[in-house]
This record gives sequence, C-alpha cells and structure tokens, in this order.
Amino acid sequence: MNAASPDLALEVTALNKAFGGLKVTQGVSLAVRPGERRLIIGPNGAGKTTLFNQISGDLRPNSGQIKLFGEDVTTLAPHRRAHRGLSRTYQIITLFAGDTLEHNVTLGLLGLLPSRWQMWRPLASYRHLAEEARRTLDSVGLLHLAGHPVSELAYGEKRRVELAMALSQKPRVLLLDEPLAGLSDGERKTVKALIASISKEVTVVMIEHDMDTALDLAETVTLLNYGRVIVDGERDQVIADERTREVYLGA
Amino acid sequence: MKWIGGALIAAALLLPPFVAGDFYINLASQIFIAAIFAMSLNLLVGFGGMTSLGHASYLGVAAYLAALLTTRYGFDHGAAAALSILGTVAMAAFFGVIALRASGLGFLMITLALSQVLWGLAYRMSGITNGDNGITGMTRPEPFGISLESPVAFYWFSLTVTVIAFVLMAVFVSSSFGSSLKGVRDQPRRMAALGFNPWMIRWITFVYAGFWGAVSGLLYVYYNKYIHPTSLSTTSSAEALLGVIAGGSGTLAGPAVGAALVLLLKNYASAYIERWNMLLGLVFLFIVLVMPTGIVPGVQKLTSRFRGRSS
Repeated sequence: MNAASPDLALEVTALNKAFGGLKVTQGVSLAVRPGERRLIIGPNGAGKTTLFNQISGDLRPNSGQIKLFGEDVTTLAPHRRAHRGLSRTYQIITLFAGDTLEHNVTLGLLGLLPSRWQMWRPLASYRHLAEEARRTLDSVGLLHLAGHPVSELAYGEKRRVELAMALSQKPRVLLLDEPLAGLSDGERKTVKALIASISKEVTVVMIEHDMDTALDLAETVTLLNYGRVIVDGERDQVIADERTREVYLGA
Repeated sequence: MKWIGGALIAAALLLPPFVAGDFYINLASQIFIAAIFAMSLNLLVGFGGMTSLGHASYLGVAAYLAALLTTRYGFDHGAAAALSILGTVAMAAFFGVIALRASGLGFLMITLALSQVLWGLAYRMSGITNGDNGITGMTRPEPFGISLESPVAFYWFSLTVTVIAFVLMAVFVSSSFGSSLKGVRDQPRRMAALGFNPWMIRWITFVYAGFWGAVSGLLYVYYNKYIHPTSLSTTSSAEALLGVIAGGSGTLAGPAVGAALVLLLKNYASAYIERWNMLLGLVFLFIVLVMPTGIVPGVQKLTSRFRGRSS
C-alpha cells in the first residue's frame, strides 16, 4: 500500500515538547516494527500520555518527527492519521455516554467511511454497519449489552468498549493508553486476553502501569522518565537493566 | 399513543384556517417563521454545541436582500429569493470560517460581534438600507399564481415551508452526518481520533443553519412586507436563543415550542404590560428552574413518569 519504507510501523525521531518551561518530551526517539508489541513504562509525569498525544496528533511537538509506515505525519491533523491506520484508546474513558454501545462502535466504523458525510440517510438504516459493530462487541464479550447506553455500564465494561471502538477501525497501529487502569482482577484477565488476541498484523504500543500483566503482553519495552527515554529494548533486557530498577521497579 | 399525539398536532395545524379569526391566523404564521428560525439556530446550539448569539444575521440579511432586490432593483420574486438565499449562505460560509476559529464563549462573542457589525451597517448605510426608516413597499410572492395576500393563504404557505424545514432538519440530524455532528459536540477529540474532521463538520452545519435562517428571513419579510434594522439586532438573536433553550435544545420540537412561547408572550403580554421583556425573563427563569433541559424534554419526563405510575 505504502511505497515508502514499511520497515517501521512507527518511527519517532528526536521529539521535543514543552509546556512553557516544563519539558515533557525531551529528544524522544522510538522505532516500532510492524506487528511489534511495545510497552511504554515510566513513573507518573514521565510524559507517556503526552507522547501518545503527539503521536495521535492531539498535540503538536515543538520539534522532531513522527513517521507512520515511512510517511511523515508530524504536522498531520488527528483525523488524517486515523485514515492512515492509527487508532487509540484513552486513559480517561472518552465514550458517548448517552448512546448505546452499538452506536459508539458504529461511530468508530463510520469515521473511516465516506458515508460519514452523507446527510439524508439515517445512520440507523446502515444494517451492515450495525452488524459489524455487534460483531466487534461480541469479540470483546459485550454483545449482550449492545442496546444499552454506555452510561449504564460498569467501569471495566467501558474499558472494553474503548478497546472495541479502536479495534473496529482495523488499525495498523494501535495506541493503548492504560487499558488495564482501574480494573478488577477478573476484568484484568479478560482485557489481557483480549489484547493478547489482537492480530499480529496490528502494531500495538501500550502504556501500562500494571507490570505483572503488561510485561506478559510486551515484546519490547521503553522506559521514560522526565520526558526522556532511559532504557529501550527487548523486554528481558530492559527489566534486567540497572536503570529500570532505579527509576521504576525499585521505587 | 403516538398516533393520538400525531393526530392532535395535525389537527392543531390544519384546523385554524377554518375556525380562527385573522388575528390568530397571522399570529400562527409568525410562529411558523419564528419556529424555522429557532430550529435552524438549534442545529448549532443543540446538535452542534455551538452557542451563537448572532443568528439574526441570517434572517436579517436574507430579508434585506430580498427587499432590496425586489423593491429597488426590479428583480422578480423567484430570482430575488434565490439570490437572497445564495448571498446569505455565502455570508454564513465566510462567517463560519471566522467564528469557528474559536469555540464556547469565544465562538459566542464572535457571532455576536459579526451580527453587531451587520446591525450597525443596516442603520448607518442609509443610502442603501434606508437606515432607521427600514425598507417598505415589499410585496408577497405569488407562487404558481396563487396570491398570498390573505392571512389564510399565507398561513398555508408558511405552514408548508415549516413542515418541509422540520422534515429536512430532522433527516439531517438523524443522518450519518448528524450523528457525526452530535459526536463532535460530545467528544471532539475522540471524533478526530476516529477519523472525523470536527472543523469541517461544524462548518458545514454552520452554513446549513445559515441556509434555514435565510429561509425564515424570506418568510419574515414576505409576512411583514417591511424590514428594519431591529431584525438584525442582538435582541432578535437572543429571543431565538431563549426559545431554543426554553423549548429544549437538541430536541427537534423543542425550539418550535419555545419560539411559539416567546412569540405568544410578546404578543399577549405586551398588550397588558409595557415591560413585557421582564415577564419573558420571569417565565424563562421559571422554566429553567422547573425543567432545566427545556419544555419538551421536561414534559416527556413528566408523561413517562405518569405512565410509569399508572401501569
């Protein structure tokens, strides 16, 4: 599809972002191969979500470059990145609370279709979209709640809707911002299995604090602290690293 | 139950010409015009989350254009109507680009400022607009050779346009695009991440609302056969906004109900009380306190509670 080098799914080079005097991203570089499972860890305030916001386009970096499958997307608007195969979930649940689960996921599907501009036919009449939304909900085990508004769901279920919405877009690169945050042990297992079952065609970059669960899912790990990459590499190598213990595990 | 409600509404709309006097027929026509105006504003306020305090611009400019084109430049009604709507929509497209640089309070202030500019122009450019005297001598069009001079004829005309406007706006908000609009209102960041272009969605809606504002402006100037700068004033914008909020923003029928309420108060109360605006304010306050989401959602909640108790 893309003639430019598809050697890397996501390539971040020397990214810098400051809010006034506060440097939240300092020379961050990342190279994620297609199909890779990358875990980003770091203490609170390390700049993990800020990095995600720059990759997804919500924030514009002060300098540096972001490439998706070899294409420079640094200055591209968020919706254009979505059309190039980037999807994300949010740490703080960002769903349409008053609408049904089916409608939420349908919006995810609609976002990438030309019919999103269509002004006369009711959205509800697109049966194939509704069916696909229900299939996606089934894959996260929420089909039985498809007709309920999101506001009626438990927290763990909302997390799964976040995931379903992103997955429905069949992304090439998926950014997961703390998909396990605030879940019970049971829910944690469900969501973990869900993430583990994501096709290897999808590149997954995940921020997560729950190391016990998240390390199982990761192949490679990047440790951030004060907006800098401290350690970056294969999982076991990063865990064993002295600096990781210092910054994170030891704390 | 639903068909009973539908039948009642249909009867309320179809019977007046046969039973009511001219005063009430004319009042009803004015309500229709105000309803289209409020519904078009509701596309922005209720469905788009863009609170505008300058919507009178579209009503006023379309009305001025139609009045000028027919009385001064000799255009026939059909051409004048088309040009007025086209010109107003073009203006909405331009104003949208300016106003949508901001959101929330900033958006509101820009729409207010832009409409104040137009209001000032209407007053000051008296060479064209005839200033404070307004433009007189307007006639009503004769669609398909039917005269709209009588109150009843105009009633049918404005009712037809109102029904078309209502249906088309209802179709608009339930379409894919309408769903995107509501999504952008509730979670703009998420919508962008899903691949929607929030700015474009808002801008298209802004222009579409301008179009229906222009339609209401045409009806307005046909009805009054006269246009004055007050139609462009902030009061005119604010009354419509009041109607939208009182009736229930983000609902289809709410703005029409709210607009009717404002107009009735204006007509009846002003006969008895000089400061009818004060009464309007009190009624508005009462509605906001009792039914914070507006009359239509409030009444729906009441009836569902009543039904829940009786069953």
